[in-house]
Amino acid sequence: MRVKRIAPEPIAPIAEPSVDLSPMDSLIAKYKGRQGNLIPLLQGTQELFGFIPREAFLKLHHDTGLNLSELYGVATFYAQFRLTPSGKHIIKMCHGTACHVQSVTAITDELLDFLDVKDGETTDDGLFTIETVACLGCCSLAPVMMIDEETHGKLTPKEALKIIKEIRRNEAL
Amino acid sequence: MKKTTVIVGLGSCGIAAGAGKTFSEFQRIKAADKLDFELKKTSCVGMCFREPLVEIIDESGSYLYGQIDPAKADEIIEKHIKNFSPIPEYIVQSEKFPAADQSFFEGQVKIALRNCGYMDPENIEEYEARNGYAAIRKIANNYIKPDQVIQMVIDSGLRGRGGGGFSTGMKWKFARNYDAPQKYVICNADEGDPGAFMDRSILEGDPHGVLEGMIICGYAIGASEGYIYCRAEYPLAIKRLNIAIEQARQKGYLGKNLFGMEHFNFDIKIKEGAGAFVCGEETALIASIEGRRGMPRRRPPFPAQSGLWKSPTNINNVETFVNIPWIIFTGPQAYAAMGTEKSKGTKVFALTGKIKHGGLVEVPMGITIKDIIYKLGGGIADGKKFKAVQLGGPSGGCVPEYLSHTQVDYDSVNATGAIMGSGGMVVMDETTCVVDIARFFLDFTQKESCGKCTFCRIGTKRMLEILTRITVGEGREGDIELLEELAHSIKDGSLCGLGQTAPNPVLTTLKYFRDEYEAHIRDKKCPALSCKKLLTYKVDQEKCTGCMACTKGCPVDAIEGGKREPHFILQEVCIKCGVCFTKCKFGAIQLS
Repeated sequence: MRVKRIAPEPIAPIAEPSVDLSPMDSLIAKYKGRQGNLIPLLQGTQELFGFIPREAFLKLHHDTGLNLSELYGVATFYAQFRLTPSGKHIIKMCHGTACHVQSVTAITDELLDFLDVKDGETTDDGLFTIETVACLGCCSLAPVMMIDEETHGKLTPKEALKIIKEIRRNEAL
Repeated sequence: MKKTTVIVGLGSCGIAAGAGKTFSEFQRIKAADKLDFELKKTSCVGMCFREPLVEIIDESGSYLYGQIDPAKADEIIEKHIKNFSPIPEYIVQSEKFPAADQSFFEGQVKIALRNCGYMDPENIEEYEARNGYAAIRKIANNYIKPDQVIQMVIDSGLRGRGGGGFSTGMKWKFARNYDAPQKYVICNADEGDPGAFMDRSILEGDPHGVLEGMIICGYAIGASEGYIYCRAEYPLAIKRLNIAIEQARQKGYLGKNLFGMEHFNFDIKIKEGAGAFVCGEETALIASIEGRRGMPRRRPPFPAQSGLWKSPTNINNVETFVNIPWIIFTGPQAYAAMGTEKSKGTKVFALTGKIKHGGLVEVPMGITIKDIIYKLGGGIADGKKFKAVQLGGPSGGCVPEYLSHTQVDYDSVNATGAIMGSGGMVVMDETTCVVDIARFFLDFTQKESCGKCTFCRIGTKRMLEILTRITVGEGREGDIELLEELAHSIKDGSLCGLGQTAPNPVLTTLKYFRDEYEAHIRDKKCPALSCKKLLTYKVDQEKCTGCMACTKGCPVDAIEGGKREPHFILQEVCIKCGVCFTKCKFGAIQLS
């Protein structure tokens, strides 16, 4: 039996993207044609939008000539890249060894329960994305969580909840 | 009269402990009261259990204060700075006031950490004042040839500090021996082991030391370009490296014809890792810098022959590089004089877990595990019993208490089944369940497996399933044997270090704590009282005040008893979620 090959559809950038992709132009100009530019391009795109929108993949592919499959393959390989929008605040729960030994799991469970989401998800109000990460390198302060750029150490479930509630209260004002 | 200097430790963990606020407080009062003291910042000195740390140097000596919040900062300014009367209660180290915590520093030999906590990492002059860039100058001024530099590194006996333990000098020699128009030096700063933060502290505290080590390596192997592959999770380290590189370029320490040596060109770039543990493996790291998925490939050819962009490449980790300037400047014999026969010099450990004095310590090779834990670390926290210590992270293993006389050197640690690894040392007490720890590490390696080798990809998943089953009370006869079979297959059938070492946490815990596995499987009991599903929850009628906190929290209404009456738990309804235990403020919920 002969294999029927399906010709891939030509992929053109989306004419009217849902997000404004023009900020990517200077990024692409900076890295286009440079050796090893794929990851910096993805990192730069994520920095612009907080995640990598579908349209951005197509634009990167179209403007730089990089393979779409490679772009997607790399983006899904590394923990850093997101393909869906994240919440306004990102909560990173450290699940490193030291934090694990100091019962961080109980704290994570408490927060997931309170925010009513699963690991890696974003709350309905778009305020928080919560995810477990391997190690934040602040082991002596275990258990630790990082909200945006700020690290909170020596947590208890109660304290962690308090911090989250406070952010929510400040956002409501 | 000497001006008083106030130095605040601003490493990542210091900032997390509130050092930023302490620093601002000193700044605020200095301006408000127009005080004449110098305010400086430094990085982590390693004494993490006393963060935030503030050092005051005046003409009478130096005083290291621990756990200084803004209120205590005010007190220090009032008493110590204005009235020259130090506050002994807050002092953790000083020649004048012997403090209980002094033992943390005794027995430490600081070579890799020689500058961490002793200078402002964002100031190149301070680094130079501490013999910085003196090693590369020594090479230039004395016309020391690349081969001689390599011989010095070989003579020092330095072995790769990232975990492999291969002779650094030999590695350089291989890279030198391949002729190529372009060669590369890569610094592996993708410290991914959970429970390890040595490299982060070095990068944050002594970025120039790492740069100088790389420059020397570039000279020795004949490379003109260097990359630092650093985790994106270390934003402060990346910031300080960028500052350091910029300063070095301005001074002409990076660029062309360096240190008066014609044709010696070297520059360094930073590559931010994107979050993949497997990128600690050399070939995966190279793939990642090239912009591909970080998947390891078969060796040979080794990176020394065909590495980055197919050019000869030498990769060492942060701690290895930072040792180099010291070795060249002081001489290889001084380094080789420390340590054991086959493991020379010192090693940095991140001491964490159930330890009283957790932090970063640098000790000569050959010291025993016991000495590190009891003499430097002050013993086990909360008066609990020492059970085991986990060395080498997910690639390593647990060393039980009765082997704590084991010397810390590559070969002795390997003999226990653990590995030296990059230096994570997580201490566990009697309340830590080793089966759970093994499960924890397998969960980690299973997630981080790149998926290339079948045994690693599927085998770790199957092992994790079995371990999870055991910890929730569904273990079966034959599980232990199946784990062992899988472990050996994964070791044999994996291409890179991640897969080859992934089963180590399971194998070592099986070797030393087999009875705990059996208790979980046969008796459905967790001897450490840690696996929730294997516990029985009971209310201590004496301690219970009848506050109803547990009753309200219980998701299945398994707790009976009215207000101000002692409660009891209906065992047949209880789902062992542990909520009552966390809710009770009086410690009335008993586990058995």
